[in-house]
Amino acid sequence: MAEKMLMKGNEAIAEAAVQAGCRFFFGYPITPQNQIPEYMSKRLHDIQGACFLQAESEIAAINMVYGAAGAGARVMTSSSGPGISLKQEGISYLAGAELPCVIVNISRGGPGLGSIQPSQSDYYQSTRGGGHGDYRTPVLAPSSVQEAAELTQLAFDMADRYRNPVMLLGDGLIGQMMEPVLMPDYRLPADLPQKDWAAVGKPAGGSAPRAVINSLYLDSALLEKHVNGIYEKYAVIQRDEVRYQAEWTEDADYILVAYGAAARIARSAIRRARAMGIHAGLLRPITLWPFPADALRELAARAKAFLSVEMSMGQMIDDVRLALDGLKPVFLCGRAGGMVPSVQEVTDAIVKLKEGV
Amino acid sequence: MESQILIAGFGGQGVLLIGQALARAAMLEGKEVSWIPSYGPEVRGGEANCGVVIAEESIGSPLVTEPVLLAAMNAPSLQKYASWVAQGGILLYNASLADAPDVRKDIRVHAVPCNAIAENAGSVRSANMVMLGAIIKLLPLVSVGSVMTTLHAMMGPDKADLIAVNRAAVEKGMAAV
Repeated sequence: MAEKMLMKGNEAIAEAAVQAGCRFFFGYPITPQNQIPEYMSKRLHDIQGACFLQAESEIAAINMVYGAAGAGARVMTSSSGPGISLKQEGISYLAGAELPCVIVNISRGGPGLGSIQPSQSDYYQSTRGGGHGDYRTPVLAPSSVQEAAELTQLAFDMADRYRNPVMLLGDGLIGQMMEPVLMPDYRLPADLPQKDWAAVGKPAGGSAPRAVINSLYLDSALLEKHVNGIYEKYAVIQRDEVRYQAEWTEDADYILVAYGAAARIARSAIRRARAMGIHAGLLRPITLWPFPADALRELAARAKAFLSVEMSMGQMIDDVRLALDGLKPVFLCGRAGGMVPSVQEVTDAIVKLKEGV
Repeated sequence: MESQILIAGFGGQGVLLIGQALARAAMLEGKEVSWIPSYGPEVRGGEANCGVVIAEESIGSPLVTEPVLLAAMNAPSLQKYASWVAQGGILLYNASLADAPDVRKDIRVHAVPCNAIAENAGSVRSANMVMLGAIIKLLPLVSVGSVMTTLHAMMGPDKADLIAVNRAAVEKGMAAV
């Protein structure tokens, strides 16, 4: 019987990954995600056949991920903003070659080397593919340590199901904070496809079709066919994998849209607003791509206005606007650079919304 | 009802450990809890703090901005955070390293000479445990039993010999306020 443990978000992600069968981790240090490789270095060391490797760079690490994924292994890398930028070429190759893996971004303030404090300014990069070419990565955004563990395991399953990299997007707050965690009792879903495409070598005494792991298609018609195939997968992901949490939305005049750490602040602000008699509610996207657009549109029937609460200058707000398509006004409550909005700041924004609408 | 607690001091004083002991004890009692450290380019001797939120229902923001209790283990953190304490809240300061603060009339202030008490109890390194004792005495959010169980678990078999010293320090801290 598992018992609750007090863990940092970073530690919970690492342990959950191992319990989901991740046996390969390649990374390069950067704050505020260093507890992930630290934990993995110790944990994987004790497992026979597993490998933790601190690569010489983020670019090397993501290409090691490509290798392990191509051989059919469950593999993960983690970094933060600047390091994730360096990995983008590799992520594009992984998507092009249809290789499953999990990429964790415990993001920090940007642009550039930025700050090491919590931020959500990697939203565009995460949800729009990030690297070159026509591709997307599903993005899972935990807002508690418990959820960080659960979504890490879901990320591995989704990666294998769709043969695509999956991004777990946290921030410094989610990575550094400790909360009680009940490690999920992980079971490999029985309906995951076999990895018959993996390059695992010639079976002893037999033969097998040549496994080709590749993202280069010099014939444009073939590449278009390949991309169309990838986008057929994405259509299924958009249909089947949308996840979100709605709180206090039944009677809400004002809907806050927030994910990750910002959703925690928003939840406290909504409690304050409700104590003042303002009917505010929270729509918390758990998948940032695919974005819960339908759920937002449904809320527009009743709500008067929407407030996108972000630790950025307003990136998710684009998806909120696309979802609502002009149905209702959308406003931003955002902080940048690693500044976390205070509960009072968000409460004030809700009050302003009420006065302004 | 969420109770925010802020513990601050020098890096190396075991400030984060005080918070973790509180958080783990609260978890043991089935409460909702979050713990968040200051993190950054910290150095030994530099500022360190952690915020703990203990609640009956799910916790919104884990950030501590209006603590019902501040435990300041040194003078700079007392100076920096004394004004943060919520009205009617409690301010504990390590009187071995900090002078009495300007008196705020709307909070309760307690001087705890943590280092001196810890030294008498056997080891100055358990000054943080003295403060932990004072905290649990004044803020009955977690029981002494849960804290002791927690300390046992956190130290593990390797440091079992330190249990007695730390238990004594916690008890003296409780007696000091």
